[in-house]
Amino acid sequence: MPNETFESLIEDFNSIGIKDRLNLLLEFSENLPALPPRYADHTDLLERVEECQSPIFLFVEVKDGLVRLFFTAPEEAPTTRGFASILHAAMDGLTVEQTLAVDDDFPSKIGLTEAVSPLRIRGMRGMLARIKRQVREKQ
Amino acid sequence: MSIEFDSDSKFSEYAHPEVLVSTEWLGVNLDVDGLVVVESDEDVLLYEVGHIPGAVKIDWHTDLNDPVLRDYVSDEAFAALLASKGISRDTTVIIYGDKSNWWASYALWVFKLFGHPDVRLLDGGRDKWIAEGRELTRDETVIVPGTYPVVKRDDITLRAFRDDVLKHFGNPLIDVRSAEEYSGERTHMPAYPEEGALRGGHIPTAASVPWAKAVSEDGTYKPRADLEKLYLDGAGLKAGDNVIAYCRIGERSSHTWFALNYLLGFKNVRNYDGSWTEWGSLVGVPIAKGSEPGLAPKVA
Repeated sequence: MPNETFESLIEDFNSIGIKDRLNLLLEFSENLPALPPRYADHTDLLERVEECQSPIFLFVEVKDGLVRLFFTAPEEAPTTRGFASILHAAMDGLTVEQTLAVDDDFPSKIGLTEAVSPLRIRGMRGMLARIKRQVREKQ
Repeated sequence: MSIEFDSDSKFSEYAHPEVLVSTEWLGVNLDVDGLVVVESDEDVLLYEVGHIPGAVKIDWHTDLNDPVLRDYVSDEAFAALLASKGISRDTTVIIYGDKSNWWASYALWVFKLFGHPDVRLLDGGRDKWIAEGRELTRDETVIVPGTYPVVKRDDITLRAFRDDVLKHFGNPLIDVRSAEEYSGERTHMPAYPEEGALRGGHIPTAASVPWAKAVSEDGTYKPRADLEKLYLDGAGLKAGDNVIAYCRIGERSSHTWFALNYLLGFKNVRNYDGSWTEWGSLVGVPIAKGSEPGLAPKVA
């Protein structure tokens, strides 16, 4: 089961001011789990998210109908890491069906469109789209 | 009272050495009265991750752009913003940022639209400061509000609009985007998302000089002789030329504007901030495709 639900994330972000939203995003950024050794040593297995302004790579595992997500992005790209970490918190451990049913518009609903440039939000959409595509390919 | 300039020998070759400071200079002068350090980044969270002690944050997207009009903030909003950051009209402002000062030079250009007298760039920016192991902090900067007068923004001297570009043909244009964006293979930087220009290519006659050619590996501006080779020998600019630089939304071209204006001393350089996101979608204007500059269109 994921650590967070989309509903609670949307509520958490929208119940605070812009400055606190950025701090919350930073908190997520810092809590992005590190890659397990099997991927840390084989970053060639990861897919680059071209829509993002900073390099971020992701990998999706599907096992027994459950989806596991792995991301890596450099420390100097905290916004990108934050977005990856939010998706990780809400989606790691979902079933295939739940993953494919995730609202594609979720990135626009966490109240960050005013705080970050539209390009960034598009980057998060890119991550979501790539997760779903990998899940479709691997199910 | 003015704060002494950085007498670094590299800077003294430039036309206006007073607009750059080294990391070393800033390290020594950080606590000087009348100096405010501003961080302006592409990544909106970097300041929160850690900033130069005492620095304030100005975000290009939320602070400098009007939320409704595609334009910079109003004269009143700019005055209020600067006062809230502890900046007065006579404050010496040092701006730094990520990615070789890409957004920092954009912020500096906006400061200059409002005629802020003393604003300087930290050569090498955030990355160089960090690479040298200098202090970063997460401590919240205590700001004593400044008093900033409402100054009318000058949209003529340093800024070009699309109609200015149409009248400019016959004079040099510098396109500072990547080679792929220039040729029209793509409308955005490699690895960056599509940003909504309808067509790919460049403004006819523009010379291609990607912005990053002006910096060394450590993110500092190259010495004057190298910049002359790049812009004079390479792009064919001549002293006295009237130049317009552009990119995608005007940030990378601010970096080039800074080099031409302050480092090489061109007196008539403007930044076209509408840039390709406007020109590439504009009804009734010509574009050129491929790696050649192309011919100037006949403009009625």
